[in-house]
Amino acid sequence: MAHTTAESEGPRLRLRTDVEFARPRRGQADASPAVELRGVNLFYGRNQALFDISMDIGAKRVTAFIGPSGCGKSTLLRCLNRMNDLIDDVTIEGAIRVQGQDIYARGADVIEVRRRVGMVFQKSNPLPKSIYENVVYGLRIAGIRAKAVLDEACERSLRGAALWDEVKDRLHQSGLSLSGGQQQRLCIARAIAVEPEIVLMDEPCSALDPIATSKIEELIDEIKSTYTLVIVTHNLQQAARVSDRTAFFWLGRLVEYSDTAELFTKPKEKHTEDYITGRFG
Amino acid sequence: MTRFSERGDAAIWLTGTGLGISLLMIAGMIAIILVNGLGFFWPRPIERITLDDGTVLMGEIVAREGIPRPGTSDHLRQFRIQMKLGNRDLSGADFRWIDERAILRRERPEDALYIERREYGPFIGAAARLTDGEREVASGSEAVWQALAPLVAKAGRDRARIRRLERDAIGGVNYQIERERLRLRAIELESRRRPDRDFTAERAAIERRTAALQARYADLEQELAGAVEEAARTRVTLVTAGGEEKELATLDIFRACPANRLTTAGRARVYASRLWEFVSGDPRESNTEGGIFPAIFGTVMMVLIMSGLAVPFGVLAALYLREYARQGVLVRMVRVAVNNLAGVPSIVFGVFGLGFFVYLVGGTIDQVFYAERLPAPTFGTGGILWASLTLGLLTVPVVIVAAEEALAAVPRSMREASLATGATKFQTILRVVLPAAAPGILTGLILAMARGAGEVAPLMITGVVKLAPDLPVDGFFPFLHLDRKFMHLGFHIYDVGFQSPNVEAAKPMVYATSILLLLVVLLLNLTAIIVRNRLRRKYQTSAF
Repeated sequence: MAHTTAESEGPRLRLRTDVEFARPRRGQADASPAVELRGVNLFYGRNQALFDISMDIGAKRVTAFIGPSGCGKSTLLRCLNRMNDLIDDVTIEGAIRVQGQDIYARGADVIEVRRRVGMVFQKSNPLPKSIYENVVYGLRIAGIRAKAVLDEACERSLRGAALWDEVKDRLHQSGLSLSGGQQQRLCIARAIAVEPEIVLMDEPCSALDPIATSKIEELIDEIKSTYTLVIVTHNLQQAARVSDRTAFFWLGRLVEYSDTAELFTKPKEKHTEDYITGRFG
Repeated sequence: MTRFSERGDAAIWLTGTGLGISLLMIAGMIAIILVNGLGFFWPRPIERITLDDGTVLMGEIVAREGIPRPGTSDHLRQFRIQMKLGNRDLSGADFRWIDERAILRRERPEDALYIERREYGPFIGAAARLTDGEREVASGSEAVWQALAPLVAKAGRDRARIRRLERDAIGGVNYQIERERLRLRAIELESRRRPDRDFTAERAAIERRTAALQARYADLEQELAGAVEEAARTRVTLVTAGGEEKELATLDIFRACPANRLTTAGRARVYASRLWEFVSGDPRESNTEGGIFPAIFGTVMMVLIMSGLAVPFGVLAALYLREYARQGVLVRMVRVAVNNLAGVPSIVFGVFGLGFFVYLVGGTIDQVFYAERLPAPTFGTGGILWASLTLGLLTVPVVIVAAEEALAAVPRSMREASLATGATKFQTILRVVLPAAAPGILTGLILAMARGAGEVAPLMITGVVKLAPDLPVDGFFPFLHLDRKFMHLGFHIYDVGFQSPNVEAAKPMVYATSILLLLVVLLLNLTAIIVRNRLRRKYQTSAF
């Protein structure tokens, strides 16, 4: 029976030798980008979902991916920590480097990649465990048993996710007992507990009310000095509020990528302008 | 206005009727089983009936029905009664139908006794004399009854003592003698293989030990004979309604009750005592009387062994199919095959179990490990292990299907949450997926147990017997004897109800055993359901 081995359940890779890690002309900003994408194509079976994406994502900055539904922005985000590996029949071409290391290279350690690139999902997904266990989950599976270390990490992460004051007296209650906004912040705490370099956020506020949303946005503002953040959002105001740079995707292509202020005020592309002014999307 | 056919009213009635009929059938079945099974233990009054031909009969009235005479005017107008007369040893048949028109007189004599004894079913009659050896202790029905009651209680204790002697003391010595014999046989086999070695010393040691054991055996035999003789000294003479006399050792009396003099509380006590004997005692009289404890024990143990084998295998298989295998044509085919396997008739599994487990695996085990016992088979014959394995095979598909569904129902977001923090797939399965799927897997276990506990056909050829002398668990090393044959409630029902020489007497036992089988399945399921609900509360997934 054809089966996938424990961890290499990956997409089939077609290695391209013609990819060069020269700076693309467009969207060039950082001295040392956290993530470099070169000529990324992605296929679900035979359908191509991403077309030749090349971009650099700056370290310790907030980068927003915007675009209409189905434009491939979430798909691209999930490439950055190889979450697409979970889907059968995905083919990825091109190269993605995180901190200079090609994460799709033969022999790249997926687990290591995911530890370095954390993720917060659209739907808050606390594990059916206590708040404490949710936060230290990543540490436990990394084999850390010392209670002092776990306690310290739990408090630090919950403070980092601006949740500590609300839950410090009930750390051993189920994570599912929290409200939606709190659950999402718990997920952020879980993501940052393993001290990743990059945190990916896939529409983190789409299921939240405005108050919870503003809390998450404040949080993003606070932690951006520590982590490289990539956030996918449908909410253009949110992208404008929280991000330093914004990338606009349309039909699987990167249409425009520049500083947020510039993209929202002086878009170079017609499509971008139409989208941000609400003419489609 | 909406047309009637478009409105849902008819559908409500239709669906409601479907549910109603199902409930009615189930309730009716349970009611019939309960009434017939539990009513059996209630002591009924004894009637003495004088017929017009001068015969006098005494017994319990168990049924009354109209006499069918089709075509005549008194079709079903006349009635006849069925009497349980007991005294099979004297009269041959212990049930009799009597036309009500032939009855001259019916009365309920105060001194009527209903005596449950070791052989020949109950005795119904009156007491006449009580003797201790040659000496007469009491005579006359009242005096004998007064003296008899404590003797019956003492008989119970005596039987327990004799049984301990037989089973534990003599059984233990027997067991050791058998082990020495097997050792001797093993040495013989060994010496045939290696003729150069000298085994004389070992042989002599075994013979010495055997001689000592045999001396001990003789002592115990004598002790047993003494105990039996002592206990059987008191004898009671009983007299039937027809005037025949029957002498009975009090040791053989299990229970005696003056059926017509009992108060309601007294009847309840007799009822409780009979019920307790039924649940906790060993069977008597080719299973038509006494208890069915060995069958309960065998059923529960078999179901537990079966679950212990089927669940781990099923869950592992489901994990591979759902989590590791690449979802493709082959996996789909395997899945279809598994689903079909769940529908294979159980007797097919039974035949397979007999051929593969018993003859092939068991036979090989015997040749390799129990060569000294051959030609008497150890594992090469039906036993509780093989029966459980066969049933495990039968229920594994059920577990696989349920576990697969449970695994598939674990939301992808939960796996992603784990994987995104750097967990490996294996860690994710172990820490997130399996706990979340546990309630669903337990559902599979419940279905498997329900199916397994009710199977009879495959068991009949892989290890169930009508009467197993020993439980599969006892005090002799290695304590758990998986090679032993065992009794099973389902087979017991079949055997008692349809293979018994005395069907009329066994009928209530069938109902009572059915209740117990239902109860055992219910209890096993209830336990699993409670565990499942506890797990569900613990691992309940997000509300939205």
